[in-house]
Amino acid sequence: MTPMARETPAGDLRLADLTKRFGIFTAVDDLSLTIGQGSFFALLGASGCGKTTTLRMIAGLEEPTSGQVLLGDTDIARLRPYKRPVNTVFQSYALFPHLTIFENVAFGLRRRGIRSVDDQVRRMLSLVQLDGFGPRRPAQLSGGQQQRVALARALINQPQVLLLDEPLGALDLKLRRQMQIELKRIQTEVGITFVHVTHDQEEAMTMADTVAVMNAGRIEQQGAPADLYEFPATAFVANFLGQSNLLAGEAAGTSGGEVAVTAHGARFSVPAGRSRADRGPVHLGVRPEKLHLVGSADQVPQGHQHVAGVVTDASYVGVSTQYLLRTGWGTELSVFAANDGAQVPVPVGSEAVTYWDPRHAFLLARDAADTDRTTPVLDEPVGASS
Amino acid sequence: MTLLAPSKPGQLPSPPRAARSGRHRLLPYLLLLPGAVWLLVFFGVPLLQLAAASLYDPSGSLSTGYAMTWAFGNYPDVVQAYWPQLLRSFGYAGLALVLALLLGYPLAYAIAQKAGRWKNLLLVCVVAPMFTSFLVRTLAWKTILSDNGALVGLLRDVHLLAPDGRLLATPFAVVLGLTYNFLPFLVLPLYASLERLDPRLLEAASDLYASGVQAFRRVTLPLSMPGLVAGTLLFFIPASGDYINAELLGTPNEYMIGNVIDSAFLVRLDYPQGAALSFLLMAAILAVVFGYLRRAGTEEVL
Ligand SMILES: Nc1ncnc2c1ncn2[C@@H]1O[C@H](COP(=O)(O)OP(=O)(O)O)[C@@H](O)[C@H]1O
Ligand SMILES: [Mg+2]
Repeated sequence: MTPMARETPAGDLRLADLTKRFGIFTAVDDLSLTIGQGSFFALLGASGCGKTTTLRMIAGLEEPTSGQVLLGDTDIARLRPYKRPVNTVFQSYALFPHLTIFENVAFGLRRRGIRSVDDQVRRMLSLVQLDGFGPRRPAQLSGGQQQRVALARALINQPQVLLLDEPLGALDLKLRRQMQIELKRIQTEVGITFVHVTHDQEEAMTMADTVAVMNAGRIEQQGAPADLYEFPATAFVANFLGQSNLLAGEAAGTSGGEVAVTAHGARFSVPAGRSRADRGPVHLGVRPEKLHLVGSADQVPQGHQHVAGVVTDASYVGVSTQYLLRTGWGTELSVFAANDGAQVPVPVGSEAVTYWDPRHAFLLARDAADTDRTTPVLDEPVGASS
Repeated sequence: MTLLAPSKPGQLPSPPRAARSGRHRLLPYLLLLPGAVWLLVFFGVPLLQLAAASLYDPSGSLSTGYAMTWAFGNYPDVVQAYWPQLLRSFGYAGLALVLALLLGYPLAYAIAQKAGRWKNLLLVCVVAPMFTSFLVRTLAWKTILSDNGALVGLLRDVHLLAPDGRLLATPFAVVLGLTYNFLPFLVLPLYASLERLDPRLLEAASDLYASGVQAFRRVTLPLSMPGLVAGTLLFFIPASGDYINAELLGTPNEYMIGNVIDSAFLVRLDYPQGAALSFLLMAAILAVVFGYLRRAGTEEVL
């Protein structure tokens, strides 16, 4: 439709060995990623891990220290931002306060010398459900409406890639959920590649086809949300995406499709297909909702593995009850028991046994110095990380 | 304006409603009172006095006294006698304004957006000349531009100036003096506007296919308009009424309307003429300002 979108051959967005240093500080560290054309890609990570810097390098607002940004076969890493078929929805929205909503949305078209913008602007405003808002000024709109103007202003240019930098960060929870669905609908409708940056794991998982978890300037793991959740690649991912109980142990090799693990004096096994390492220091991981709680070891079903302990806390959260079970060696395991009516509440202070199906466990390589890890990596964004 | 708006009922525990609202209604006027009295005594009364003087019998003098003869003919008379000075005032002030804009806009932009931790120091540098008197500063320029000065010597040496060419006592010197003396009045409001310009808006413009020039035209310039309008007015109004620069850096050939008014009141003691010229200048400036504001169309300024 637009001349710019047609000139460049369409294709995947590829980041190759992309690095950005600010002085001696490395914000983005040798990052390589392939983002398929037309996909909804989420870049997930705690604030300060380099997400915005990555987006800014794709948009051209920050020059990479080294590496390439490839769109199809062309390296766009050194093009000026206004020469790239890429548009951004900024975290702060950055709407032009002196222009009407209509002119804000028409801005990109006009800069490329397109004369008759009326129809396109109207269609775009209706796509983001802001029909009739054209004559207003940004200051007269609510946060959610401004967010949608920012989206329309970027989308109208039909970029090959749309970059969204925590676009829902400033919205309250309810509006955020609503906009997530909205964004997903719009992406399906326009078919443009969306690169969505967020620190909210739930947001990333519900919206994206592919999620990449970023930590300290590097990609820890990328894949479909379910794959990441069910079989994380690192301890960071295991506790950033949801929560995991990770027990420090030693693996002793594979035999018969099973990896044998010794942890805290007990022996466990994990299917080889769910093991990222089969020898040396490992973390044996189980998600809290995959753990079951019973009164004693004889209630553990055949083929399951178990750990005994004392219940130290029980929080009723409606859909489930979340228990803490202190093991003999002092680690508190999280156990989520679904409130499906079949569960008997376990009182705090009582002895109990938690068990799991080995097929639900996973094995991760571990630094020799690393111990048990059961607490989620909480990410409270500090201020606005724009 | 907000002072006059009815104040909202206070939220703190306070005296009974009737007493409170009575006092609240009066408060804005009480706050305005000192300023209003000041304005009346030191601006309103002299203005009337001046208006009256401009209509006195032109044949009177300070020793014989002036008669009020409603001599409206004073106005066409002074226009006929002094239209070159009047035109020159606006010409010089306009030229100085253009120069000041060329110097001041990039300066204000650099201080506001690029100076980083040097910002405050640079602002002090802009204001620093104001710490000395207007007269002293202009006299300093007289030294700098003087025929025996280093600047003229250098310009003659590199043949930018004829061997007998001079800078002092030329229209150039007067315009330069005006530019220099009123530059801070332009730079400071501009700086205030540009300071508030969010650099992320420029990034957004660039992301939306605006080149540097386009981003300036479509984002930076419109957003700095309030400062630009305020700055040009603060520059142009005093510059067009100025007489020190023409007096110290020019010759009678460069005299502006301010010099004529000055001499009418203080040398020739022709009060009706001086008053009529003063009023004329005021009317002309008001006309220029309103014309300008209409065109600039910045409702934010006023
Ligand atoms: N212009 C800059 N100069 C110096 N350090 C920067 C700059 N921009 C970002 N950083 C640093 O790089 C790191 C990554 O920043 P950013 O990409 O904004 O993180 P995120 O978006 O994931 O929260 C942060 O530690 C931040 O302080
Ligand atoms: Mg950020």
